[in-house]
Amino acid sequence: MTSTRDSATDQYLSRFRAFEQTLNGQASTPLHPLRRQAIAQFAAQGFPTSRDEEWRYTNLAPLLQQPFAPAPKGATLSTEALAPLLFAGPQSPRLVFLDGHYAPALSAAGSLPQGVVLLNLEAGLRQHADLVLSCLNHQIQGERHALAALNTAFLQDGAFLHLPAGTEVAHPIHLLFLSTAPAAPSFSSPRLLVVAGARSKAMLVETCAGPDGRPYLSNALAEVVVGEEAHFDYCKIQQEGDAALHLDHTLVREGRGSRFTAHSLSLGARLSRNQLDTMLDGEGIESTLNGLYLANGEQHLDHHTLVEHAKAHCASHELYKGILGGRSTGVFRGRIHVWPQAQKTDAYQANRNLLLSPEAEIDTKPQLEIYADDVKCSHGATVGRLDEEALYYLRARGLDLGQARGVLTRAFADQLLDRLGDDALRAHLEGRVAAKLTALNGGRP
Amino acid sequence: MLEIRDLYASIDSTPILRGLSLKVNPGEVHAIMGPNGSGKSTLAQVLAGHPAYEVTGGQVLYQGRDLLELEPEERAREGIFLAFQYPVEIPGVNTAYFLRSGLNEVRKHRGLEEVDAIDFLALIREKMNLVEMDENFLKRAVNEGFSGGEKKRHEILQLAVLEPRLAILDETDSGLDIDALRVVANGVNKLRSPERSAIVVTHYQRLLEYIVPDFVHVLARGRIVRSGGKELALELEAKGYDWIKEEATASA
Repeated sequence: MTSTRDSATDQYLSRFRAFEQTLNGQASTPLHPLRRQAIAQFAAQGFPTSRDEEWRYTNLAPLLQQPFAPAPKGATLSTEALAPLLFAGPQSPRLVFLDGHYAPALSAAGSLPQGVVLLNLEAGLRQHADLVLSCLNHQIQGERHALAALNTAFLQDGAFLHLPAGTEVAHPIHLLFLSTAPAAPSFSSPRLLVVAGARSKAMLVETCAGPDGRPYLSNALAEVVVGEEAHFDYCKIQQEGDAALHLDHTLVREGRGSRFTAHSLSLGARLSRNQLDTMLDGEGIESTLNGLYLANGEQHLDHHTLVEHAKAHCASHELYKGILGGRSTGVFRGRIHVWPQAQKTDAYQANRNLLLSPEAEIDTKPQLEIYADDVKCSHGATVGRLDEEALYYLRARGLDLGQARGVLTRAFADQLLDRLGDDALRAHLEGRVAAKLTALNGGRP
Repeated sequence: MLEIRDLYASIDSTPILRGLSLKVNPGEVHAIMGPNGSGKSTLAQVLAGHPAYEVTGGQVLYQGRDLLELEPEERAREGIFLAFQYPVEIPGVNTAYFLRSGLNEVRKHRGLEEVDAIDFLALIREKMNLVEMDENFLKRAVNEGFSGGEKKRHEILQLAVLEPRLAILDETDSGLDIDALRVVANGVNKLRSPERSAIVVTHYQRLLEYIVPDFVHVLARGRIVRSGGKELALELEAKGYDWIKEEATASA
């Protein structure tokens, strides 16, 4: 195992050297020192192993055993293929990335208020270098997170959103990071930087998708700065192809009096690891983390969250729910860390799981570390099966077993879908969830 | 309508019904009475198809067909309705959706058009009036947070919506005050017709003042030990069940 891991690490190091050669002029941009620093951080750590507490239940063997090369530029996608992934009206701006490369022809400007900047990162670096460089790679500790460092090392492009103070975007902004999975197994390194100024307000929706049946790796990293009194909603839809590996680390730093809401919906990928870290770095913050994961077949879906209560008088509400069927496995680890000065913290975390088959598995672990004495913190984790009496009750009213299971699993998921603020998005995701539940309940409508 | 012949059933390998026979003709209302543990609820659940009960012997014919061959949903679609003694709470499932789904499954089976949300609302308003239930219940999760009486009214509402051929009421009267009892009985009586039948399982004679049965059967140790007209219920009320238990033990 160690040798597979070492040789995989070496492979990415030599891929980096080859990647550097292709950069030409780009190697002199301010980004390149970040890449070089990051590859050194990655080299020092190598890939995580199951001996690493954070990776105990997620085995990266599918990543290590298979060589992935940086995805080349030049892939195309028809507008017909894009259409089913879209939900928003013409006023919503949209940025599309194919294998990590910006695809302007598939993107749409929509309507944005004066001053709001939505660009691909490359253009953002050219036009707003100071702002981008003052925030990019500032939240992530590459020396502790090898995969995030790997993202930065191969960073070429991504999305950049800047909301100046007081600006409000009325319609959801849609980002699509799509993989085309070309013939040779490839990886992309999607990147997102959001700087939401004081009192700004916006909703960002991110879709990660790709074709079924072909292995590819998407290793994403997002950094979000939520300014004082800002309201920011971030919805992430993971619907990668069924042979895909999806790694994702999101870091959020919230300012005084801000409201941040995350919605995470994980449906796809063979193996997915989703890490969401929020830093409540001011008083009076309200932070809400909603998550829903649905797995069947051999899927492995891992969700890690970290809520850092660094200041007093903040509230965090977290609810993650999972439905697992087939031989799928799930991991939930929710850590809440209340710092000594964070008095009057109100933190709540719940993880509810429904197992639909005897082979499905979930490892759930809440972890509360509280160093302040005047706080209200609670957590709960449950793992259960469909209520047999409820199934019988529905059948006694004429619904067949498949329909009854569908009704009960849908009700379980609806609690989270109901929390989505945007009607068009909710309708879009209800369709996705319904299709996935049909597959989970054995293919019956 | 229904013919039960020498029925044996058990749960978790414990025999409960031990040779029960009963015949229900169209239009008849049969009351099943008996002490606790005599098998009344087991009979109701076996007829509805509860998967936890195992039929170990005997036969049940419903409209000439082998009822025991049918899945619970097939029985419901064929016109059997069980009003549950303990209606199940289903968090997250809206009551209107629940009622309409059941109705449409039954209608599809009968070759009728499905009812859309608008037509359904008109229909359900009328039925809710009948059982004196507020329309707000439609928006709430099925039975969640309902009081005992509200749950029982909700069962009768479902009965009124689904219009079954054979209604089985499993201790629908237990825990009801006199007003709720009247409402429940009214809902059942509205459905009485020469084509429809009912089996009313009850511990007390009280309900039978409102739903007047054609026959009363006394169940003890898993079989019917006495049958008669409605006056048998009064006799039981006066004498209690002890004499029945003694007779059943003596004959076993």
